[in-house]
Amino acid sequence: MKVLSLNFLTCAVKACKSTSGAYPLHPKDAELVEDDLEVNSDLLLNIMPRIDWPALSTTATELGFPSLPAQPPTKEELEADEKMLRDLHHLLMETQMMEGKLVCGNCGHEYAVREGIANFLLPAHLV
Amino acid sequence: MLPTPDTSHVAFERVYEPAEDSYLLLDTLSSESETAFLRSRFGGNRADATTTPTAAGTVPAPFVVEIGPGSGVVIGFVNAHASHIFGSSEVLTAAIDVNRYACAATRETVRKAAADVASSSPSTSPTATTSSSKSGTFLGAMQGDLTAPLRDGSVDVLIFNPPYVPTEELPRQPTATDMVTSGAAPTFQDDSYLLSLSYAGGADGMEITDLLIGRLGEVLAPRRGCAYVLLCAQNKPEAVKQRVRGFGPEWRAETVGSSGKQAGWEKLQIVRIWREEEQESS
Repeated sequence: MKVLSLNFLTCAVKACKSTSGAYPLHPKDAELVEDDLEVNSDLLLNIMPRIDWPALSTTATELGFPSLPAQPPTKEELEADEKMLRDLHHLLMETQMMEGKLVCGNCGHEYAVREGIANFLLPAHLV
Repeated sequence: MLPTPDTSHVAFERVYEPAEDSYLLLDTLSSESETAFLRSRFGGNRADATTTPTAAGTVPAPFVVEIGPGSGVVIGFVNAHASHIFGSSEVLTAAIDVNRYACAATRETVRKAAADVASSSPSTSPTATTSSSKSGTFLGAMQGDLTAPLRDGSVDVLIFNPPYVPTEELPRQPTATDMVTSGAAPTFQDDSYLLSLSYAGGADGMEITDLLIGRLGEVLAPRRGCAYVLLCAQNKPEAVKQRVRGFGPEWRAETVGSSGKQAGWEKLQIVRIWREEEQESS
């Protein structure tokens, strides 16, 4: 699963959904792999408005990537800054989480990621 | 006709095999009327914009999620043919299935379908790996219960081919400890259980679909979110549409595809559910 997917995911426990602690989920013991993909700047530019930037910053830091700027780059900044474009492409498009856990900051539940597939099914007592 | 994704790698003894319902979804989503709707809604009238990159960056890329993809034939098709369907390849896709085998199958189907589109496109560099200029970007397949792991308001297009067959009982819904593969091959009983989750819908075949429809208001993007849900005649489609319209004056539900010509006991239709923006300003 691409790192970008963490920007759309939250704890599957209903009571957690409305809490701020449930998003983003926190990667733990993450094993990452890197794909080699061509940079698609149009795609990145069109994804930027979809991204929750503070959540992405948290994810990037927790996965050991260099910290992102405090504010999301504007379209003009991104178009002018090839290094930032490449860094974002690397983080969002090329990096996949293959093994590890995703932890809810609210209830502490750990969702296992195995072979790139996260398991969000809940144990019987949380359903 | 756009090519149908190859699913020859999928173990159909434990993952739902593409059938008439799957193909109706493919036909509907790639039809002239639905591509027109999706292109206008997600600003994909950029078919000619590939040569004018300055047009990019104006419309946020839509996030398309299929719930219960099974083999992945539908989301593989939508992802591979994103340029045709949305008028732009700047589309993000993902899938959620209770069945872990379906998640793995879907990922492979999506990969193959995108690679096929890339290799049939002469403009694509032969050194490109899985990305292509025509396909969308697949984020991953997750194991989960309907939309449970998705953030509220995140989904622009939700696709659902539900377990719609009326059955006396709903199969027990799986929990985290089910299907933790220990390396042992699934038994015949395991396989039957997995397949039952893909088709058995309980009363009126609607028990799971009713849950999904009840969550649409939360999970769909507030302004532009929409959903495509497959129903059979026994699901009482008119009642389903009435329920959606009852969510509020902005909600719409219309049949946008059907397999009426081969009317059997299982006449199928695709209902599109969306919100129309209020015209009058308050």
